[in-house]
Parts: sequence; C-alpha cells; structure tokens
Amino acid sequence: MIHWLLALAQTLLFIAMAPFLLGWIKRVKCHMQNRAAPSLWQPYRDLGKLFRKHVVLAEQASWIFRSTPYIVFGATVVCAALVPLVAVDLPTAAIADVIVLVAFFSLARFFTALAGMDIGTAFGGMGSSRDMMIGALAEPVLLMAVFTLAMTASTTNLSEATTYTLNSGLVLRPSFIFAMLGLMMVAVAETGRVPVDNPATHLELTMVHEAMILEYSGRHLALIEWAGQIKLMIYMVLVANVFFPWGIATRLEANDLAVGLVAIAAKLVLLGVVLVTWETVMAKMRLFRVPQYLGFAFLLSLLGMLTHVVLETGG
Amino acid sequence: MEFTQLSLYDQAILLLAAIVLFTSFIMLAQPRIVPLIHAFAWQGVLLAVTTALVAYVTNNPHLYISAGLNLALKALLIPWMLHRLAVRLNIHRDMEVVKYPSLTLLAGASLVVFSYYVAIPIVQLSALVTRNAIAISIAVILLGMLLMITRKKAISQVIGFMSIENGLFFAAVVSTFGMPMVVELGVAFDVLVAAVLFGVFFFQMRESIDSLDVDRLNRLREVDE
Repeated sequence: MIHWLLALAQTLLFIAMAPFLLGWIKRVKCHMQNRAAPSLWQPYRDLGKLFRKHVVLAEQASWIFRSTPYIVFGATVVCAALVPLVAVDLPTAAIADVIVLVAFFSLARFFTALAGMDIGTAFGGMGSSRDMMIGALAEPVLLMAVFTLAMTASTTNLSEATTYTLNSGLVLRPSFIFAMLGLMMVAVAETGRVPVDNPATHLELTMVHEAMILEYSGRHLALIEWAGQIKLMIYMVLVANVFFPWGIATRLEANDLAVGLVAIAAKLVLLGVVLVTWETVMAKMRLFRVPQYLGFAFLLSLLGMLTHVVLETGG
Repeated sequence: MEFTQLSLYDQAILLLAAIVLFTSFIMLAQPRIVPLIHAFAWQGVLLAVTTALVAYVTNNPHLYISAGLNLALKALLIPWMLHRLAVRLNIHRDMEVVKYPSLTLLAGASLVVFSYYVAIPIVQLSALVTRNAIAISIAVILLGMLLMITRKKAISQVIGFMSIENGLFFAAVVSTFGMPMVVELGVAFDVLVAAVLFGVFFFQMRESIDSLDVDRLNRLREVDE
C-alpha cells in the first residue's frame, strides 16, 4: 500500500516539478544571453493564466480537436509514472517497459498531428506533416538507444535497467556513451528544442510544434504546454537516471528518499545547464537539414549497439 | 571474460578504441576540408593515447616510442602540412559534395558488422585483453577505403589513405602489441614522405587541370590548340 502511495507521490512530484524545470532552463538561458531573466515560477503563472481563460473553439472543430489535449496530457502523465525519478522498484515501474513509453509518446504525437489537421488551417497541416517527418526519423533512434541499454542490462524495464547500472558500479561502457549521446540528440528533436525547432517563436516558416497547436486556447493550450514540459523532464530524467543512476533510492526509507530527491535535483540542474549551453552555441537548422541531424543521431545509437556486440560481449 | 570484470584501464582502452572508430565516422560525414583535417588529427591523438595506455597496461615500454612517433607525425606534423597545403591551394573553405550522406554512413555501419565477422576467428585465437579491438581496427581500415571511394577531391582521398594507415597501426598495436621498431619507423617515414609527395602532386594536378577533382583526370584535354 505504502509503495503505491509513494509511486503516486513520485508521479505527482514529477508533474508538479516539470514547469519549474522549464523555468530553470529559461532562466539560465536568459543569463547566458545577457537578458533579464523571468522568475522561476513564471511557467506556473502562465499555466494558471491559461487555465482561467475561456476556450475558443473553431466551428469546424470535431471531437478529435477537443479530446486531444486530454489524451496528450494523459499519455504523458502515464509515461511520467513509468520513469524512476527518486526511487527504483516502485510498483508503477513494473507495469510497463520502455517500449511502451515510446509507444505512448507516439500516441500523443499521433493525436497532436490529427488535431493540427482537424481545424483545416494551412499552418496546422504544415506543422503536422513536419512533426510526423521528425517523428518517423526520431523514433528508430530512440528505440535503438533503448535496445543498446536493454542488451546490456538484459531487460527493457527502466527500473530494472537502472538497478543494473547502479549495481555494476563505474564501468566505462563505450556502448552507453554512444547511446547516451544519441538519446540526447533525439531528445532535443523530440521536445522541439533549438537546432530542430524553436519553442520561443511563432515564425510561420520555421515552427513545427507551435504550428500544430496554434488553434488551441485556454485550458486546452495549458494542458498541451504542461504535457510538453513533462515530456522534456521525462527525457532529462531518462538521461540522468539510466546512465548516471548514483544517488537514486533503492530502499524506501526516508533517508534514502531524501538523498534520491537531492541527487535527481542536482542532476537535473546540471543537465539543464548542458541543454542551455547546447542551445546557445547551436543555430536553428533548416528543416531539410533535420534528416541529416537525426541520421547522425541514428548512427550514434547504431554505433552504441555495434560497440556493445564487438567490444563488450567477451568473444 | 565479462566486460564488467576487466580493470578500468582495460575498459578505457576499449572505450578509446570505440572513439577512434567514431572519428572515422566523423571524417566520413564531414564535407568540409579543414574540419576533415582536424578530425584526422584527433584520430591521431586518440591513437597515440590508446597506444600509450596499452603500453602502460601491458608493460611494453617500446610502445611509448610508437605512441610518441604517432602523436608527432599523424596528430601534429601531417595535419599541419595538409592544412598549410589547403590554405596555399586556397581550398580550405571548400565544401565537398557527398552524394547520399546518410547512405554512406549506413554503408560504414555495415562495414563495421562485416569486420566483426571477419575478426571472429582471430579473436577466438587470441588471449589478449585488447583482442576485441581487432575488429575495430579492421573497420577503421575499411572506413578509410570508403572515404577514398566516396570523395572526389584529392586532398580528402589523401586523408582517407592516411586513416587506412592509422587503422593498420592500430591493428598492429592491439593484436601483437606493435610491430618491430624497424618496421614501424620505416612505415612512419614512408607516410611522411607520402604526405610530402602528395603535396607536390596537388600542385602538379592544379597546374595541369585547374582543379583537385580526380574525376577530371579521366577527361582528355587538348594541349596545343
């Protein structure tokens, strides 16, 4: 019973902290670009403002358009429940493995793309087609990185894989380094960050994710934005906890949980700085360069798998 | 032996081997001349570090000399010469058009798989810690060949050629802990002389056909008009 309560608390913490993480990233980015930074709580204020506003729906909007925000948010919250944040071996982690996680992400993507086309505006359809192109190229990379991990840990369950890396101590695995780099590159593409998409603009020539959700307003928009923040946090937690699991709680005691909480907070703060540095030194690339970028990410994941087979399996 | 049972130094050797392979892929994906030379220089640095680490782990002091030689020649001198050549020929800002970049990278990945299968019998005979890196060294050789095949500019082909030599050196280090010193010195100076000769050859080529594109060597050209 206590396990389920803890799992619920962890998921709620995940959802509640996601806007804070985005606030941190924005703040560091502003500092790095010599701009005045907004408060760390700004994403919460934005969400609160959107939740209070009325929803404006187009006359042609069908049930797909109206239900998509809830589907996207629901799928993302389920994903958040699957990822070990503070502790491993929670009951929610045993429900599904990492392939289901990828599938939930593509479910959310599928419905967002449908909703983008549902209204029938030009921007929505354009955004949907671009996002599906990126998705079709990004998913193999994600799966390949996951398979590299699964081949090493002999499991596709995230919690068990984290326990495996934790127990094997410091091992310099070439495959993990390549898989991590591949995963980071694809995370940038999937969450619509700078070299692939820019979350801060609504420039019609370049926007991808913003184009699909252009017609949303009020609480629908709030849910979609919140889901996007959770998705960013899921990817960062994946990188932090699967490849650097040190500090995560293995026993459900107050002491261990506190250490786990501090550890994940420190890791996320550091990863946020890494992401901002990457975004600041990179320029947004042309849409037609994106396949090349993702092709390179695919190569990294593939090299991870190949080096695992060639170098790490005895012989 | 399980990977987790190796010592950290052995793991570091294998990790560096993997990064050497990765630099080969970077060269394959890099269309610009100067970054290509830089990637080649980094491969030389990594090879030297790997060799020094192998020398330390297996207690073979003569490998330190190979490592130093490799660092001086293939990480510093030859890249510097190539860079100077590129500047003097005024091609250092050129982009090479690589047809089907993603397909080339996938071909490279399949070459890695191929060299893994080729190396399996050798790996089973060997008892060295570094035996698994033999497949990597064969892959570096084949990737150098692929680089030569896919590029048209003479300077990129020279870099492909040099990276084949890197692969051979790496194979010698990981499979037998280095060739006899006489052979190694001979090869090193051969490569150096080759680099000098290639420089002369570039100028000759540009004199006669006004370009470094080797495809244009196929075409007949009227000399006295």
